[in-house]
Amino acid sequence: MRTTFFLVRKEFLQIFRDRTTVFQIFMIPVIQLLILANAATFDVKRVRMLVVDEDRTTVSTGLVERLEGGRQFRVVRYEPSDVGVDYALLDRQVTAVLHIPRRFEEDLVRRGRAPVQLVLNSEEGATAGIVQSYATAILDSYARELDRTLPAVRAGSNTVRRVAPLDLRTRRWYNPTRNYKHWMVPALMVSLTTIIGLLLTAQNIVREDELGTLEQLNVTPMTKLQFIAGKLIPFWLIALVIFSLGLLIGRLVFGIPMRGSLLLVYLAAAVYLIVVLGLGLWISTVTRTQQQAMFVAFFMILIFLLMSGLFTPVESMPKWAQLVAEANPVKHFVGIMRAVLVRGAGIETVGRPIVGLAVAGIGVLALAVVRYRKSVA
Amino acid sequence: MSEPAITARDLTRRFGSFTAVNAITFEVEQGEVFGFLGANGAGKTTAMRMLIGVLQPTSGSATVAGFDIRAQPEQVRRRIGYMSQKFSLYEDLTVRENITLYGGIYGVSNQDIATRTGEILTRIGLEHAGNELVRDIPLGWKQQLAFSVALLHRPGVVFLDEPTSGVDPITRRRFWELIYETAAQGTTVLITTHYLDEAEYCRRISIMVDGAIAAMGTPTEVRQAVGAATLDDVFLKLTRPGAAA
Amino acid sequence: MRAFLGFVRKETLHLLRDRQTLAILILFPVVQVLIFGFAVRTDVEDIAIAIVDPTPDIATNQLRERVATSDRFHLVEVVPGTQGLELEFRRGTIRQALVLPRDVERKLGRGDSLPVQLLTDGSDPNTGGIMQGYATAILQRWYRDAVPAGGPLRIEAETRMRYNPTLESAYLFVPGLIAFVLTLMSALMTAISITREKETGTMEMLLVSPIRPTAIVAGKVIPYIVLGFIGVVLVLVAARTVFGVPLQGSLLLLLAESGLYILTALALGIVISTRVPNQRAAMIAALAGLMMPTLLLSGFIFPLDSLPWPLQWLSSVVPARWFLTIVRGVMLKGAGLATLWQETLILIGMTMFLLAVGSRKLAIRLE
Repeated sequence: MRTTFFLVRKEFLQIFRDRTTVFQIFMIPVIQLLILANAATFDVKRVRMLVVDEDRTTVSTGLVERLEGGRQFRVVRYEPSDVGVDYALLDRQVTAVLHIPRRFEEDLVRRGRAPVQLVLNSEEGATAGIVQSYATAILDSYARELDRTLPAVRAGSNTVRRVAPLDLRTRRWYNPTRNYKHWMVPALMVSLTTIIGLLLTAQNIVREDELGTLEQLNVTPMTKLQFIAGKLIPFWLIALVIFSLGLLIGRLVFGIPMRGSLLLVYLAAAVYLIVVLGLGLWISTVTRTQQQAMFVAFFMILIFLLMSGLFTPVESMPKWAQLVAEANPVKHFVGIMRAVLVRGAGIETVGRPIVGLAVAGIGVLALAVVRYRKSVA
Repeated sequence: MSEPAITARDLTRRFGSFTAVNAITFEVEQGEVFGFLGANGAGKTTAMRMLIGVLQPTSGSATVAGFDIRAQPEQVRRRIGYMSQKFSLYEDLTVRENITLYGGIYGVSNQDIATRTGEILTRIGLEHAGNELVRDIPLGWKQQLAFSVALLHRPGVVFLDEPTSGVDPITRRRFWELIYETAAQGTTVLITTHYLDEAEYCRRISIMVDGAIAAMGTPTEVRQAVGAATLDDVFLKLTRPGAAA
Repeated sequence: MRAFLGFVRKETLHLLRDRQTLAILILFPVVQVLIFGFAVRTDVEDIAIAIVDPTPDIATNQLRERVATSDRFHLVEVVPGTQGLELEFRRGTIRQALVLPRDVERKLGRGDSLPVQLLTDGSDPNTGGIMQGYATAILQRWYRDAVPAGGPLRIEAETRMRYNPTLESAYLFVPGLIAFVLTLMSALMTAISITREKETGTMEMLLVSPIRPTAIVAGKVIPYIVLGFIGVVLVLVAARTVFGVPLQGSLLLLLAESGLYILTALALGIVISTRVPNQRAAMIAALAGLMMPTLLLSGFIFPLDSLPWPLQWLSSVVPARWFLTIVRGVMLKGAGLATLWQETLILIGMTMFLLAVGSRKLAIRLE
């Protein structure tokens, strides 16, 4: 116990004496969180659109006005025909093309339906889907408006019994303002803390080995457990501080919701960090140079981040990948954060993942302790 | 007649097909200053690393401070001190912090750590440098500091691996005075070196060639046994191809 | 020149001997491609949805059928009332709920308005919107088919997706992967390589030799250029063979641009190595400092058009952003130098700038 205390003390002294490291540890996550929280969004604004209006009636012009009216589309070019459309898309002058064919108004009046063509640059597949949904929403609402105002002249009858459109009331729970930050900031925070934590622990033991101080420690009566604990505790505390900074920034700067219990969040964080930092320490025990350690850590981080639901939903992954993701601690913690902060979930939802993380934490630490050898065979 | 501080019986270490230490057998008495000589690569450091417990022997056995290095490594560790070639102090910690760290790990009480820190600083002449980073103090002091840290917890046996490499002759002299003081208090000192003049300072020496002990005894005994006037000649004789015993 | 080549040879051997690192360096891009391609998707399917149906009848049955058989949805339950819905949303067991009114069939028959509530878990605005869109579409289709005649006015959009017709996530991510992996690995390797030399002190030894400092750096960097190329080729092969990502444009152009970008990333690594005191700081700067910004500001996952304008400015100094446009252009759109010359020029400019800054600082430090 006392030995561990001295080891922890030494680690803190070393870390805080190195100004570069201190800057990196605290500033990189904080600065990145402040800046990048604004970047992580699929929100599409002012999509540049090219309109080919072959109808040129009040109804078709009305549609174009409707499109421009919201902040979602910006008509940058009007063309009388399709010429030049391909190049405009290729050259990225526009992202969307709306083609209104010749009998647009007539079709609506006579048949109650009319087609239009929408061509979207789906280079960035994710946005294409969103742009499409924006466009169809506008088309739908315009259609509803026309329904009330256009005279209905159907072939063979003077008036038609007008059918009421579907009275659809949609509600978005938890994030009605569609603020991407509410969704992304908790996850970003987790990622930034994880990256720094994992990198620091992964190269820590290897570094001592390379410098020669490890051997001196191995000659002492210090036990493996004391050693690992002495390495884990300082970084665990530091990571919790970074995490708290992130929460503070999230709340004060970005106004992220905190609907659930903060205590629960911290419990989850405490357990989660043991897993992540333990993994870092384990990496440090199986690699022989700092370079190797960094690469393995990098590798691991990237896989963890990509399959964590941070950027893309876990539900979108194929079933087998979702199964693999169950082994990903980041996925669980990000899920817990979002569930508790955004949805206000409680222990009934996050209890199981927390226990899972705890078990993983113990397992990983055991691995590191077993793997570390004070004497070479 | 007390138990030997160090015993080794057929201690061997192989790395793949290469035999670094070849069945060496010897004993070191308590309070003795014993020198391990040999050219670079002769196996001295490997042998020492086995005795201090950071390298497992391939075969053979050894005891240090009365405990078997294989069966009771932790007991051994508590009773030995070690100073490696690289001094292995934390360069980014201060002199005091290094002392405190190792004191704490070896279970020295806070009070004793404080007292002994003062003693060490005075004895080495670092009274005003206690809060300097080890990185910033001159080599000679680093070396003496490392030695003092190795003795901090009053071990019965201390292992020194080429402690005077790269150090000026005056500091070397002073260092050996420290060694004598320590030995006089009953601590056993096992020191590896490739400086032959230092061999004269030891009570007994052993000369390793290609992993085996080619000669052992007091410097005089060794000179007589090999039939050479100076240890230099002894060395040359032993390391010539075909001369190894 | 001979000394220089000898130096390059030393660096290469150095690299080749470190089996573990080499394995990772080669394995890394390939594994990333596979994971990205297979696992990372933005498609939304299997949405867990519940239907609240107080008075089940033929019409609502039809709706239930449609939802149950749709592959977009996974009908979790049909319940008579809304109690307990909130808890299920919170737990995440359902993500959408359709709340139908009473006596649907009758209301439809009489032409009365039909108030339907669609509740969606909007925590993730992106998938929330998509889910809402899907559910709305299915509802509208059902309604049109359920009402007696004609139905309300509608404008039908036929949508065509250009360059990535099936919205394959792989097409989206894999080109970006090339950029991302190259950036990080090249910068990291270079930064480490140089700082390690500084740390072990062998740098001084090199400086005493007749090789000029810039040649030393160049020599260090050449094996990594080769490695970077191997990485690009591996990713391309995996992308084409496993995922069928198209290569509409010229392979030669792609490789040439990749070569240019490797230089850019390496130059970045050199700059990093001059500003940090040791290996550890170099690694953290390269990895922790570059990873997120590259992921988020290059258009890799989140579209550039979505960035608020201050960040759009910031993203223009991220080299990966330009390279990504180039790679996507060549692979997905068949674009040529005629369309991509601006981006290429920008990359060249960045490389030269970084090299100038880096080598000058390096020279100063070494002296």
